[in-house]
Amino acid sequence: MFGRDKHTAEQDDTHRDDTTRDTTGHDDANREEPATVVKGDPIAKPDVPPWERQGEQLLEVRDLFVEFHTSEGLAKAINGVNLTLAEGETLAILGESGSGKSVTAQAVMGILDMPPAKIPSGEIFYRGKDLLTMPEDERRKLRGPEISMVFQDALSSLNPVFPVGWQIAEMFRKHRDMNRSDSYDQAIRLMERVNIPGAKERVKAYPHQFSGGMRQRIMIAMAIALDPKVLIADEPTTALDVTVQAQIMALLKELQEEHDMGLILITHDLGVVADVADRISVMYAGRIVERAYVDDIYAAPAHPYTKGLLESIPRLDQKGQDLSAIGGLPPSLTRIPPGCAFNPRCVMAQDVCREESPPLRDIRPRRQSACHFAEELLDD
Amino acid sequence: MGKYIVRRLLQMIPVVLGSTFLIYAMVFAMPGDPTAGKCGERACPPAYVKEFREKYNLDDPLPVQYGKYMGNVLQGDLGENQYGIPVAEDLRDRFGVTGKLASMALVFQSVVGILAGILAGLRKGGFIDNLVIVSTLFVISIPIFVSGFVLQYFFGLELGWFPVLVGADATFYRLLLPAMVLGSLSLAYIARLMRTNIAENLGSDYVRTAKAKGLSNRRIIGIHTLRNSLIPVITFLGYDFGALLGGSIVTEGIFNILGVGGYVFTSIGNRDGIAVVGAVTVLVLVYLIVNLIVDLLYGVLDPRISHD
Ligand SMILES: Nc1ncnc2c1ncn2[C@@H]1O[C@H](COP(=O)(O)OP(=O)(O)O)[C@@H](O)[C@H]1O
Ligand code: SF4
Ligand SMILES: [Mg+2]
Repeated sequence: MFGRDKHTAEQDDTHRDDTTRDTTGHDDANREEPATVVKGDPIAKPDVPPWERQGEQLLEVRDLFVEFHTSEGLAKAINGVNLTLAEGETLAILGESGSGKSVTAQAVMGILDMPPAKIPSGEIFYRGKDLLTMPEDERRKLRGPEISMVFQDALSSLNPVFPVGWQIAEMFRKHRDMNRSDSYDQAIRLMERVNIPGAKERVKAYPHQFSGGMRQRIMIAMAIALDPKVLIADEPTTALDVTVQAQIMALLKELQEEHDMGLILITHDLGVVADVADRISVMYAGRIVERAYVDDIYAAPAHPYTKGLLESIPRLDQKGQDLSAIGGLPPSLTRIPPGCAFNPRCVMAQDVCREESPPLRDIRPRRQSACHFAEELLDD
Repeated sequence: MGKYIVRRLLQMIPVVLGSTFLIYAMVFAMPGDPTAGKCGERACPPAYVKEFREKYNLDDPLPVQYGKYMGNVLQGDLGENQYGIPVAEDLRDRFGVTGKLASMALVFQSVVGILAGILAGLRKGGFIDNLVIVSTLFVISIPIFVSGFVLQYFFGLELGWFPVLVGADATFYRLLLPAMVLGSLSLAYIARLMRTNIAENLGSDYVRTAKAKGLSNRRIIGIHTLRNSLIPVITFLGYDFGALLGGSIVTEGIFNILGVGGYVFTSIGNRDGIAVVGAVTVLVLVYLIVNLIVDLLYGVLDPRISHD
């Protein structure tokens, strides 16, 4: 239904045929749904990867750029990101802190503060409609019922002065015009759904009266309240204990399957997403540097940065080992190094890396990497 | 909550006793004759002195004098001032005027201050923001007795919009200009406090959540941002109201308002110990009760504050 012809969205700009760019998505309404719709299925691994399939994308981010006007100059936070998300699919976005994961998510949600942020170019399609050109009021009404978000720190992300039930119920009152008591019933139902013990009694309690894990469950309950099609979870477990992390992940996975949501799972910890994600996009300095299925990436990373991230996963059997396998720091976004942005930290860097920016390209079926030496790395 | 209130009320007892005892001791135990100056230029006749000393038990040891005085106060008898008028009656009139003036100043400073703060905080660095910053700085840096006289001259004498003096008949209209003068300083602080809070809370995580919930701008600002921003402002207003109820010597002096501040001031000048002690006792009580109410209100506004 929301199909687009010809080219695929998640290609790097260097592969793009610019003439097709503006013709997409115009005659969607009249188009039949393609006969063979393949949905994202992590186990079956369909032959056609989601970013090459047509017609069933929920969300497509195309060539997105975001910059911040700061006192130190122009910070180029996002530099041409392409993403797709299909129904029922879990996409993990992985990257060190500062790589632009949250900014990408907030741009999709439409909650970036502009200024200081600016989106000089790019498109964000939700079911074929460009969110960036949509009137703000129309877009606002998608937030909650269609696209929803869970934030990292539930304590600061919940309003401290309103009861948690009130905050969940607000979704129903404002988007569905529900009355007070019905909306509270819904809040209790959702709190029960995300396994908060004694939901009925605690619906009027305040955020600070819950534990960290319970607060995150409340955030999740609020985010899924109106059955959104897309759920973005921005480091939903980073602030939590390890045991609680696993529970929250399991809950997200369960809810995603229950509602057939597209889930974007943002994390800086590869270990967290292994069991949950179908695909992974790895971000560095505001670009996607590798894109692959989870199993493939674990088996053999196709980008030195991904490799470094993999090696930094803490293991129980290797206690005390240096966790930061990647030396150096992420680049300043006001002065991104020429060539490959990763070159100052890369053990494989050659002269070409300092001169030519490697495009994100297909290196294997269902596999893309933005490294000049991706093949060499894979063959190792 | 109930337990908390009882505890706070019990805590007030030593504070009231301690502060009134200090005042009492300072007024009656200081060197010098408490009846001095009470009979014009001459010394008082011995009969009067004797009667006075007996009436206020001045020949007892100080704690006993104080104990007897407090016993009377508890029965509602604050004594009489040097003109033979019951202090309680005086204070009722004076507190009536001061209460009216304080309430008007409170309404003025909170309405204008909060609105200005919101408008400034919503667009930090914008025109209104700069206007608020500069004008509040102006207000803060000019002493009340200067701005009071200037406004009195300009609006009272030149333009004739307001009466120049208030006098015995403290009507709403007569108190309008003094209330604005009295509230102007706090207004400036409130505007700045509100501005900072709004700007800060607009960048908070829960406001980001409110945006992600698809709420309207009006609701994001009017409910989610405002509620949190108001908490410190309301606390400030509460304590300020307590201070306003103590009267203002300067504003009352400029506009000839017969309020509490002037009463205490003239009573001290006249060495009218009974009047001073009576007025201060009431002031201490009023201040403590207002503080208790503010603390309770704070607990209601901010659920993170526990009064258990
Ligand atoms: N409000 C802002 N003002 C200026 N720069 C910002 C702002 N928000 C984000 N950035 C820039 O964008 C970069 C990416 O941030 P973010 O997306 O939060 O990274 P992460 O991958 O850790 O989520 C940051 O390093 C920062 O330089
Ligand atoms: S392009 Fe060069 S510098 Fe960049 S990741 Fe590959 S090898 Fe390293
Ligand atoms: Mg982040």
